[in-house]
Amino acid sequence: MFSNLPLLSLVIWTPIVGGMLVLAAGSKNSIEAKVLALLVSLATLALSIPLYTQFDTSLASMQFEELIPWISSFHINYHIGVDGISMPLILLTTFMTVIVIIAGWEVITYKVAQYMAAFLILEGLMIGTFAAMDAMLFYVFWEALLIPMFVIIGIWGGPNRVYATIKFFLYTFLGSVFMLISLLYMYMHAADVNGAGTFNIQDLQKLPLALTPQILIFLSFLLAFAVKVPMWPVHTWLPDAHVEAPTGGSVILAAIMLKLGGYGFLRFSLPITPDASMTLDWLVIILSLIAIVYIGFVALVQADMKKLIAYSSISHMGFVTLGFFLFWKISDNTGSISGVVLGLEGGMVQMISHGFISGAMFLSVGVLYDRMHSRMIKDYGGVVNTMPAFATFAVFFAMANAGLPGTSGFVGEFMVIMAAFKANFWYAFLAAITLILGAAYTLWMIKRVVFGPIANENVENLEDMSRREFFMMFILAVAVLIIGIYPAPLLEVMHATIDNLVTQISVSKLP
Amino acid sequence: MNFVTPDFMPAMPEIFLLSMVCVIMIIDLFLKDESRGATYVLSLIALITTAFLSFSNYSEQSITTFNGSFILDPMASILKISICIIVVGVFIYAKDYLKDRNIYKGEYFTLGLFGVLGMMVMVSAGNFLTVYLGLELLSLSMYAMIAMQRDSIVASEAAMKYFILGAIASGMLLYGMSMVYGVTGSLDLATINKAVAGADRVVMSFGLVFIILGVAFKLGAVPFHMWMPDVYHGSPTSVTLYIASAPKIAAFAMMYRLLVDGLAGMHADWQMILIILSVLSMVFGNIIAIAQTNIKRMLAYSTISHVGFIIMGVVTGTQAGYGAAMFYAIVYAIMSVGAFGMIVLLSRAGYEAENIDDFKGLNQKSPWFAFVMMAIMFSMAGVPPFLGFWAKIAVLQEAVNSGLVWFAVVGVVTSVIGAFYYLRVIKVVYFDKPVDETPLQASMDIRLTLSFNGLAILAIGLYPTALIALCMSTFA
Repeated sequence: MFSNLPLLSLVIWTPIVGGMLVLAAGSKNSIEAKVLALLVSLATLALSIPLYTQFDTSLASMQFEELIPWISSFHINYHIGVDGISMPLILLTTFMTVIVIIAGWEVITYKVAQYMAAFLILEGLMIGTFAAMDAMLFYVFWEALLIPMFVIIGIWGGPNRVYATIKFFLYTFLGSVFMLISLLYMYMHAADVNGAGTFNIQDLQKLPLALTPQILIFLSFLLAFAVKVPMWPVHTWLPDAHVEAPTGGSVILAAIMLKLGGYGFLRFSLPITPDASMTLDWLVIILSLIAIVYIGFVALVQADMKKLIAYSSISHMGFVTLGFFLFWKISDNTGSISGVVLGLEGGMVQMISHGFISGAMFLSVGVLYDRMHSRMIKDYGGVVNTMPAFATFAVFFAMANAGLPGTSGFVGEFMVIMAAFKANFWYAFLAAITLILGAAYTLWMIKRVVFGPIANENVENLEDMSRREFFMMFILAVAVLIIGIYPAPLLEVMHATIDNLVTQISVSKLP
Repeated sequence: MNFVTPDFMPAMPEIFLLSMVCVIMIIDLFLKDESRGATYVLSLIALITTAFLSFSNYSEQSITTFNGSFILDPMASILKISICIIVVGVFIYAKDYLKDRNIYKGEYFTLGLFGVLGMMVMVSAGNFLTVYLGLELLSLSMYAMIAMQRDSIVASEAAMKYFILGAIASGMLLYGMSMVYGVTGSLDLATINKAVAGADRVVMSFGLVFIILGVAFKLGAVPFHMWMPDVYHGSPTSVTLYIASAPKIAAFAMMYRLLVDGLAGMHADWQMILIILSVLSMVFGNIIAIAQTNIKRMLAYSTISHVGFIIMGVVTGTQAGYGAAMFYAIVYAIMSVGAFGMIVLLSRAGYEAENIDDFKGLNQKSPWFAFVMMAIMFSMAGVPPFLGFWAKIAVLQEAVNSGLVWFAVVGVVTSVIGAFYYLRVIKVVYFDKPVDETPLQASMDIRLTLSFNGLAILAIGLYPTALIALCMSTFA
């Protein structure tokens, strides 16, 4: 019945058009804006579910493909589609946006319609980025989503929001313009090789490239994606942006926008420049290990809860990039490419899982912040006495963040560490240290905030979670548990695509 | 030698506009101040009709008339239509501003129309003399327009400065033309183009340098940019609107006519000079703009950086590169007229919204116009999906195609620097609290035109296919 509908386009454009309607409808009456925004986000979620149910897991090719010529002078097409890598991320996006809309329900009182609209438009742009199969279309979405995020942090953020949001924008903008030059270069190169320039990502993945240009292209991609992930040493925008962003902004930033960087590595860096990736994989591995270990220590000393979680995000995203780039170390070490799937899939699972867990962690901080207007750990203590339900969830998500078996946090980290063992004992050793470190900083924060005697009057007067807050936490907890206990459906979706990716990467593209 | 009547048809739009200006000038003499609206309406009708005539005059082939001194080709038609439409916007934005300041005189419109005529002549020029004729008609109209607010010291200073520097630049241009004439024995661009190969390189190079100097001054490329911030700042905003938009399209056309139609054989020589001008413009324009607190000065420096991009397209020396530069020039004019239109929107009698801080809290007063301002600023910064992004892509693409990858890298890095000051404007509009609570007082026609302008930046940005294809096909 739905087979003729341009389903993917609907998933992209429903929130964008809906966001504009929210802007138009809700300028005076905020409740209408909120209800409309919730309906739009639910509709998008509903539309995105067939992407999963009708997805053919045995195929590695693009599904739900749509291709419409867009800018013929430059051979740019409106070309979208999903595979096993992008589909779970799109579902994560539609799911988290509903949570974020609910999270902002009572908290946001200033310019509510604009707030809701910004998140809906952001949602559409993020889905577009994941779905784009044309490099220039990808770039348009990729850059355009900076605009709503810039506005979200800048209008509804904390006291130092202007600094944070401009830093966020300029960092990501600088990172991505080099990617743009690379894309233009490859367009020209494709014209030399095939007779016609192209921005089609699948064609670019097949385009033969000599090693020097590959290395330059790889470095430009690395800059673009490393800023987004973010990897050490270009991570400094993230703590600022997270601290100043409103809760919803932090959630989207941590849960989805960071994943765009990881997705970029899988979609662009590895398949388009495999030889350069092989030559420079040590660079990414070192940066990832620094992120995992060093940033883990940095997280330990944070006094601000949001900053702590932000650093923890960087550390966890280090697992993702580590998993992706262990490829050649594993194949060199074991002599076959069968083992590398573990690293790539582990990275993917880690991305999805981190989306839920970090989102939930930021929501937990948001729950406290809305009551006390402080993010400082020292202002809290003994919250469990006044907010037992909240404390339950907080401890649960903290455990998940630390990688407790049974939660989704365990699956991804375990897979990546297993892959690291195949590559090199010391990689695995360093990566495993972080399990301890992660437990240390998360649980120590929980100990200081949640447990112990009631620290002050403010904590004594705290009220436990409302039904709305309970609901958000509950469904996130369910998601974390499901992936933790039974990750097979998620893995099954990405198997074919990852296998195909592995064969693609292991073939040299040198002419 | 028999006198042959030239074919007047290709120049029909210009002839019509000239007649209309004369008629309007005479009618205006008999109008009282309260019925000045008639001049305004007539001017708009004249412009729209001229645009329509240019459209109906469109020809795929290049037609020359008046012994080769007038060229009608697709580029000329498209640029003339763009110029007329942009100036329609300028007049609409300017009307209330002029009224509020007691300079709502017919001269603004007649001079403006003469300027348009000058631009159209430049665009269609096939001869050194036609280029110069058009240029001077435009420049003299602009000097007078700036000086119209005669009680204002800054305006008089701006007019004087512009006049003196402009006269020197015109002199340099003429000097260069005379050298080229001396070597090739012709003022006709097509003839010169043929003669370049066998001409004396030394004298030709000197001539070329002086010609480029004149062109660079009109475009406002570094290091010939000094007049721009002062003139943009000193002129009444109604005139800045005019100076900052359509004349840049004409300046692009002048550059194309002189360097490509006339001196294509010296591509290797002028490419190097233009690369230096372009890099300097992008670097200095973007960096100095950061230090500005006056938004008109900031936009002046931003213009300088945009000029760097327009030149980058021409530097490539390919058909697609000229198309990209032309696309950029048109896009720039659309964005620029919108940006100055926003300044007019916020100004009112006795109050000039000249400083960036005057935009504080616009989102509180009018979310819609805050959005328009955001669209214009992001478009200028080159952030998709707005129109300015595609202009940058088109030019960068051609730079990369010509093997000038480092040049493209300079372009994007300076755009990132430039993004900062555009973001600062958006920050003021969205994140700051308003200083004065006076609601916007602009009339409905300004609001509608500005909304249309902002929407065009978004809509053409979402579907730039037609405009890009049009510009690209012009030179194919």
